[in-house]
Amino acid sequence: MNRILFAASFESQDDLLAAVGEVRRRGCTIRDAYVPYPVHGLDEAMGIAPSRMGWACFLFGMPALIAALSFQAWVAAVDWPINIGGKPFLFWQAFIPVGFEFTVLCAGLGTVATFLVITGLRPGRRRDVPDMGATNDRFVLVLVKSGTAFDESEVLSALRECRVVETREFLEGAA
Amino acid sequence: MAEVLQEVWIRGGKTPARVTQDVCAPIERGPTSLWYAAFTVSVAGLLVGLAASTYTVFTGIGTWGLNRTVGWAFDITNFVFWIGIGHAGTLISAILFLFRQKWRTSVNRAAEAMTLIAVMCAGIFPILHMGRPWFAYWVFPYPNTRGSLWVSFASPLLWDVFAISTYFIISAVFWYIGLIPDLATLRDRAQTATKRRVFGFLSLGWTGSARVWSHYEKVYLLLAGLAAPLVVSVHTIVSFDFATSVIPGWHATIFPPYFVAGAIFSGMSMVLTLMIVARKVMGLRDYITDRHVDVMCRIILAVSCMVGLAYASEYFIARYGGNPYERFVFVNRQLGPMAWAYWTMVSCNVLTPQLFWFPSLRRKIGLVFAASLVINVGMWFERFVIIVTSLHRDFLPSSWASYAPTAIEVTTFAGTFGLFFTLFLLFCRFLPAIAMAEVKGILQPDAHGRRVPS
Repeated sequence: MNRILFAASFESQDDLLAAVGEVRRRGCTIRDAYVPYPVHGLDEAMGIAPSRMGWACFLFGMPALIAALSFQAWVAAVDWPINIGGKPFLFWQAFIPVGFEFTVLCAGLGTVATFLVITGLRPGRRRDVPDMGATNDRFVLVLVKSGTAFDESEVLSALRECRVVETREFLEGAA
Repeated sequence: MAEVLQEVWIRGGKTPARVTQDVCAPIERGPTSLWYAAFTVSVAGLLVGLAASTYTVFTGIGTWGLNRTVGWAFDITNFVFWIGIGHAGTLISAILFLFRQKWRTSVNRAAEAMTLIAVMCAGIFPILHMGRPWFAYWVFPYPNTRGSLWVSFASPLLWDVFAISTYFIISAVFWYIGLIPDLATLRDRAQTATKRRVFGFLSLGWTGSARVWSHYEKVYLLLAGLAAPLVVSVHTIVSFDFATSVIPGWHATIFPPYFVAGAIFSGMSMVLTLMIVARKVMGLRDYITDRHVDVMCRIILAVSCMVGLAYASEYFIARYGGNPYERFVFVNRQLGPMAWAYWTMVSCNVLTPQLFWFPSLRRKIGLVFAASLVINVGMWFERFVIIVTSLHRDFLPSSWASYAPTAIEVTTFAGTFGLFFTLFLLFCRFLPAIAMAEVKGILQPDAHGRRVPS
């Protein structure tokens, strides 16, 4: 059963931030907000937990570093050691550049892959909310209407206080 | 007080809607005749280069002016030149991002595109120099039927393979991640079904969701954090190609910082060259303002002084170090048969940028443009001087030789300029040259009095 959503758009980030505060005080459920650029303070206002992408970066980077260093050590000292004037087989200082580059490569690609999986962004995906100008200049707040504490007249008056410019209702997933 | 200190980087009292309009306008109104003219010239250059490299591949690198003494010359000069150009893109997009420099938002997109294209141009030269480029994949360690015979992890040339391929991939990903919100803007403005489909596909279903933005900003920060040491490592490793050898003139511990500074120097002047043209042709003067030009000039001046210091210390150590071969190389650079190249390098790279001490001269856009071209020439000569003058007079006077490029080498190099401008013109034509979402984010002062990442 798709939920009914209620969208309100604003002309400035301050209006949106004020509206987020107002509707949360009234116990509404915020599905999401859609903004043309990252609005600072919006995460805290909406109660979005800080992103833990740093862990993805670490979890991809660390094994890559270990793999690159151990592979080079294996090649140089185990699989095909070459005696060059009696120099040590395990010339570990020379492993650092390739170890570093491979770590950066895997950490970077892994972080981006995790980002795409977590956010569900993928080539060809359609937008899942109607276009109300959030990729241009509008700041859109989307509330869940059905099955929650949503007193329409009260919410509308609160939003009007925050200079709402457009409201719209739509079914979730039917953009 | 905070209002007084608030810096304004975008002129003309822009609103977010106006930013979208201004940046999308050159893409939506279609190419001008000037664009077609530039594109035709670039493609012509590209075709000439393609012909020259095809001839090289089929005939062999005997078509080049190399000899037994000068085994590296034009090709490696061009390789280092292009890689260096690329570095400014990452400097602007990653390092200035970490330093919270808001002005970067107007130039980072184009600078990152420049990085990608410059790295492509650079990659052509070592691959051609292999002589048998169809075996280029041999440089990667993969299990093979020859042993497995592995590549040598002790060689800086192999580190280069890893550094440059990683650099290209991470720069491409960084650039694309930055493009996603703007591609969504283009999708939502698209007038034709084809455009809507193409931009819809490329924008990955971006809606501007605050939850996604929250992750996005973190990812962007992480990529910047990875790219900043990466860019330093790439040119450090390029300098290792020389510094780990025993050739007088190359065997110097100063090389890594010297090369990194030189790379940023040349790249910054290339950004300046491109941006001065782009802002005029695409009508983006309110976004790439005289203040942007001014700060870029200051960076160039600072890095020029670092490069000058490197030239001076290198020379001092050669004189003071007591190695007769090292001393000879440096005297030979200044007074030998290729002294003209050395003095071109010094006058372009150290003397010309001194003009930028004067604020009035930094405001003369024509002069700045000319200086940026001069610096590009000078930085090409820097690599030529380092490579050729260190080699051409060997330890044994009986092996002394000279070097002059053949027409094939010159046209191959011209071809990379063709490739560079062809791709850059395509970029300006089809993609937003300015990061709209980022510019919108710096339009108004932050309501919370915090410093925001631009």
